[in-house]
Amino acid sequence: MFSLIRAIWAVFVHLFRRRETICYPEEKPNLAPRFRGRIILSRDPDGGERCVACYLCAAVCPVACIALQAKEDEHGRRYPEFFRINFSRCIFCGFCEDACPTYAIQLTPDCEMAEYRRANLVYEKEDLLIAGCGKYPDYNFYRVAGLAIKGKDKGQAQNEEPPVDLKSLMP
Amino acid sequence: MSEILRHLIILLVVLFGALTFAAGLIWVERRLLALFQDRWGPNRLGPFGLIQGVADMIKIFMKEDWIPPLADKPVFVVAPAVILVTVLMSFSVIAFAPGFVVADLNIGLLFFLAMSSMGVYSVALAGWSSNNKYALLGGMRAAAQMLSYEVFMGLSLMGVVTLAGSFNLSEIVKAQQRLWFCIPQLPGLVLFFIAGLAEAHRLPFDLPEAEAELVAGYHSEYSGFKFAMFFIGEYLGITVTSALIVTLFFGGWLGPALFDPARGPASAAASALLPAGWFILKTLFFVGLFILARAALPRPRYDQLMTFGWKVMLPLALLNLLATGAVVLALGGMGGK
Repeated sequence: MFSLIRAIWAVFVHLFRRRETICYPEEKPNLAPRFRGRIILSRDPDGGERCVACYLCAAVCPVACIALQAKEDEHGRRYPEFFRINFSRCIFCGFCEDACPTYAIQLTPDCEMAEYRRANLVYEKEDLLIAGCGKYPDYNFYRVAGLAIKGKDKGQAQNEEPPVDLKSLMP
Repeated sequence: MSEILRHLIILLVVLFGALTFAAGLIWVERRLLALFQDRWGPNRLGPFGLIQGVADMIKIFMKEDWIPPLADKPVFVVAPAVILVTVLMSFSVIAFAPGFVVADLNIGLLFFLAMSSMGVYSVALAGWSSNNKYALLGGMRAAAQMLSYEVFMGLSLMGVVTLAGSFNLSEIVKAQQRLWFCIPQLPGLVLFFIAGLAEAHRLPFDLPEAEAELVAGYHSEYSGFKFAMFFIGEYLGITVTSALIVTLFFGGWLGPALFDPARGPASAAASALLPAGWFILKTLFFVGLFILARAALPRPRYDQLMTFGWKVMLPLALLNLLATGAVVLALGGMGGK
C-alpha cells in the first residue's frame, strides 16, 4: 500500500524533470562524428579525386546501390567516369567506406535527405564529390602508392625505395 | 416557456460541454502521460498541440467501420451506444453550479449508481456479440469487475449521504458549506476513487482490456465510430467520476471561503461563473489524478482484483458506513441539517 503511494509520487515528480524528447526540426540532435549518413566522395589534399574506380564499394554493397565506370586519364590516374549512388536503396551500412582502399568514399553525419520524388534520390558524381578531404586530411593515395603517374615516377612515392634493377646482380 | 428554454439551454450546454471535455481529454491524457514519462507528447498541432484531439477524432471517424461476419449484428451495433448513453445520463444529475443542473432529482446519487450499473450491459454485450474469445473473456471480466466494485462504490457514498441527509447532489454540496466531506469522509473518498477507477476500467483496473493477454478485451472487434463511442464513453466515465468526487467530497462548486462571491466584491457575472469555474478546476484536478494512476500503477492479477474488492474494500466500506452512522447518531440527528 505504502509502496503504491511512493510509486505514484515518484511518477508525479517526473512532471518536473528534464524532457528526453528533442523537438527535431527546431532542435537538432547531436549526431556522433562517426554517424553513418549521407555518402560523399572526397578529394586529395592536392584537390584531385581520391576515387580510383576499383569497384570494391560497388562489389561490397549489399543492396547494389552503387554504380560506376572506370576510366584512365592521360596522366595514368584512374578515376570514375560516372559514379552513381541510389540513396533510395542505400541502407547506410558503411561497408563501402570499409572497402575503399583510398579513403575516397565516406559516410557523413547528415541524414536530412528527404525528397518528394524518388528519382531525386539518385546522386551523381557531381552531387557526391566534395571539395575537402573528409575524415582523413593528410592522406593522398598517389603519393604513397608505387604507381607511376605524371610528375611522380617509380620510387618517388613517400617511403618508397628506388626500383630494383632486375637485370643487375648487385644488391 | 422561459423555464423550458432555460432547461433546454442547460441541457445543451451540459451535453456539448461534456462531449467537448471528453474529446479534449484525449489530448490531456496523451500530454500528461508524456510528461510523466519525460516526453513532450503531442505539441505540434495548434498552440501546445491543443488541436490534436480534433485530429484524433477525424482519424478515428475515417477508419473503416467493420462488423465481423459472424457477429450478432444488432447487439454489436447497440452495445457501444449503451455506454455512451448511460454515462451521458449520469451527467444529468450533476450540479455544476447553483441551479445549473439538468435534472435536479431528489435521488440523484442513486440515479448515478443505477446508470453506472447499466454500463455493464454495454461491455458484456459487446464482448458477447463480437463472437471472439478474447472479446468474450474481456466482457466477462468487465461484468464481474464492475458488479463487484459497484457494491462498495455505493456503500462508500452512503457515509456522505448520512452526513448530508440527502441523495440530491445540490443538497449534498450545500451541506458542505462549512466543511468539505473529504475530511470527515476520507475513507469514503479513497474507496470511491478506487471504485471509480474500476468502474471506468482505467489502468490499474483495466483487466477487461488488458492488452497483454486479451488483445483489446471487449472492444477487440470494434473500429471506427463504434470504437470511438467506447473511447469517448471511457473519457466521459472519468469525467463523471471526477465530477462526482468533487461534488460529494470537495464541495462541488464552492470555492475556498476566501473567494466566496457572496462576500467578495465580485460582480454578478463573476458570481455566476465562479462556481462553475471552481467546479471545472477541481474536476480537472481529479482527471489528472486518474491519469497519474494510469501512469504509475501496474495492473493486478484478476484474482487479486477480486480478492481486493470483496475482502478488503467491501469490509472497509461497511466499517466506514458503520462509524459514520454511529458518530451521526451520537451527535444527534443528521449532521448537515
